[in-house]
Amino acid sequence: MGEALLAAEAVTKRFGQSIALDAATLTIDRSESVALVGESGAGKSTLLRCFNRLIEPESGTVSVRGNDVRSVDPILLRRSIGYVPQESGLLPHWSVLRNVSVVPWLAGNPAAQQLGRDSLSLVGLDPQRFADRRPRELSGGQRQRAALARALAVRPDIVLLDEPFGALDAITRADLQATFRKLQRELGLTAVLVTHDLREAFDLGDRVVVMRAGRVEQAAKPAELLAAPATPYVTELLDRARVRER
Amino acid sequence: MKRRLAILALAGLTLTGLAGPKPVVVASKPFGESYLLAEMFAQLLEAHGFAVERKLGLGATELAFQALRTDAIDLYPEYTGTGLTAILHESPSADPREAFSRVATEFSRRWGIRWLPPLGFENTYAIAVRKETAERLHLRTLSDLARAAGDLTAGLTPDFIGRPDGLPGIRRAYGIEFKAVRALGPAVKYQALAAGKVDVIDGYATDGFIARYDLTVLQDDRRFFPPYQAAGLVGPRLQREAPAAVLALEELSGRLSEGTMRRLNRRVEVDNEPVPTVAADALAELGLIKQGGPTRGQRDTSAVSRQPSGADRGSLGAYLLAQAPTLARLTLRHLLLVAVSLAAAVLVALPLGLMLEQTRRAAETTIRAVGLLQTIPGIALLAFMIPLIGIGVVPALVALFLYSLYPILRNTYTGVRNADPDAVNAAVAIGMKPTQVLRHVRLPLAAPVIMAGIRTAAVINVGTATLAAFIGAGGLGDPIVAGLSLSDSRMILSGAIPAALLALVVDATLGVVEWAVKADR
Repeated sequence: MGEALLAAEAVTKRFGQSIALDAATLTIDRSESVALVGESGAGKSTLLRCFNRLIEPESGTVSVRGNDVRSVDPILLRRSIGYVPQESGLLPHWSVLRNVSVVPWLAGNPAAQQLGRDSLSLVGLDPQRFADRRPRELSGGQRQRAALARALAVRPDIVLLDEPFGALDAITRADLQATFRKLQRELGLTAVLVTHDLREAFDLGDRVVVMRAGRVEQAAKPAELLAAPATPYVTELLDRARVRER
Repeated sequence: MKRRLAILALAGLTLTGLAGPKPVVVASKPFGESYLLAEMFAQLLEAHGFAVERKLGLGATELAFQALRTDAIDLYPEYTGTGLTAILHESPSADPREAFSRVATEFSRRWGIRWLPPLGFENTYAIAVRKETAERLHLRTLSDLARAAGDLTAGLTPDFIGRPDGLPGIRRAYGIEFKAVRALGPAVKYQALAAGKVDVIDGYATDGFIARYDLTVLQDDRRFFPPYQAAGLVGPRLQREAPAAVLALEELSGRLSEGTMRRLNRRVEVDNEPVPTVAADALAELGLIKQGGPTRGQRDTSAVSRQPSGADRGSLGAYLLAQAPTLARLTLRHLLLVAVSLAAAVLVALPLGLMLEQTRRAAETTIRAVGLLQTIPGIALLAFMIPLIGIGVVPALVALFLYSLYPILRNTYTGVRNADPDAVNAAVAIGMKPTQVLRHVRLPLAAPVIMAGIRTAAVINVGTATLAAFIGAGGLGDPIVAGLSLSDSRMILSGAIPAALLALVVDATLGVVEWAVKADR
């Protein structure tokens, strides 16, 4: 086991009456890629958002790089962590380059534009062709690539991805998954990825975390999960996704 | 030190000297005779060396009276019957002397306002029919009318329909029940009668139109209508500060007969002669000023006085061309009223909309409350404000400002609230501060909706600003109000056409601004 870069310790969060996180505990190592899976309402996205303080837990402790997030300025914390939402979230009135350069620009980095261009190249979007376009002139896959480029522009050590490829067709999704996996390994990114798709979780996650009703049901390497499901729920989930038949 | 004080004192004296005495503010209500009497007062004062400022065509009795009471104006012509019923809310008196002494005592006691001795003529209500109708139905008196009213349609001013000495009164006194009653504005009732759209109207005994359309005035055989003696009404300030002016005004008392007034009104209303010319001629005939009129156009701020000779009956185009310099000035004034009030509304409604979007709690309630302002009729809003801020440009700006708030506020709130949630959430997640989210995401995304609100407000504002004429704030409403009062359609159009064009231009200009705002910087 390496150094724990992200940690959630007995984290609880309620939205009104319904409980989203119920004493969830999870530790993620440096350069590890972790996929959070589970049904809708299992608490995957809520847990993800605790790491960059988009959500403040009621109890429990969340720490990033060894520091309790409550002791860190949320704005600076978010700028230091890459974030990719399902719908790219690119600002429609800005050019692609301005969107991709936004994080270093917010930090006042004079080289923001160059970082943006580099990042575009990194995700496979030619800056020459794409820098000046508007988000609406891009295909769905290109928009998600641009969103990934935005997340990586300042080369953060951590990236949070909230169902980043969920809305794409199968072929485009496979391309983007490959790009992401390659970058994650090359850059040594610590990645937390929320997905509905168990196959995607197995392909992209060094570890797969099965969540259910706000708790971590099982967290294990794909092979271990397949070999030894910890609970009947995990078995059922694997059966339903037919991952084992592959 | 002493020397410095002396210099200061000297400077103070010089400044006071430069400012000069405050001019006498002469006003009128928006109908021909009122314009004419006010202009005669004004020229008489100028002949005695007083500086005069004209605020002619103020909205209605309530507006003019409130303005006088608060010293926003110094003088306007009023009628004893109106003072008794509309202002004191008392029942009309049949005896002219009794009516005058009652209003004179009460106005002085309650508000320090003085009724000058009556001008000499009565201008009571006159119920008129077409001559042909009178002959066919043998109508000579109101008692005759009661007999035939069941077959006749009346076109009456809203004022007459409502006041106790109007329609309710003649119903009671004569038992007159018309087949139908239509509310008509003073500006259109004579044309409506002449064209046969209605059969009976209410007018004033001295109206020039009675002769013009050869109408028959039915005799008030039961002496129901109270006496409406015309007289100058003088505010407290003028009595206190310029008693000599009050004395000068009394020269007109008792000098104007009904015959004289009907003739003068006819020149103004029917022949469309300029009011200042008619006023000067009348004063000269009475020997109160020298022939030729000493003061024409001196401190001339009214639209009425600018009309060319009524003999000139050229095309509308020629008229507009002749009026071009005046219209340009009025348009500029109009534009200023719109621009200043709109800018103030943007400065208030935009931040307020953004604030409400942040708190949300009281948002709908607040916006609805502001929306309620929209339902207050313009003239009523102006009347409410006179006791607070008087008349002129400031209350006009306040009214226009209030009317502009709602569309801007509503659109700002809705636009920012509905800004693309994906973009907003992502902006927060990548580390934008709340102010940066507002500045770089919410506002630009809401810009088209906000601009639509501002454009709506601007166009409404251009139209509403014509109301400013009712409180002496100028603008393109001046010729509209004066034209309506004097039944001069060219004059009305000379205000209405530039106002319409102005609305188009303002909207197009803001369209360009919107395009610039939307463009990526």
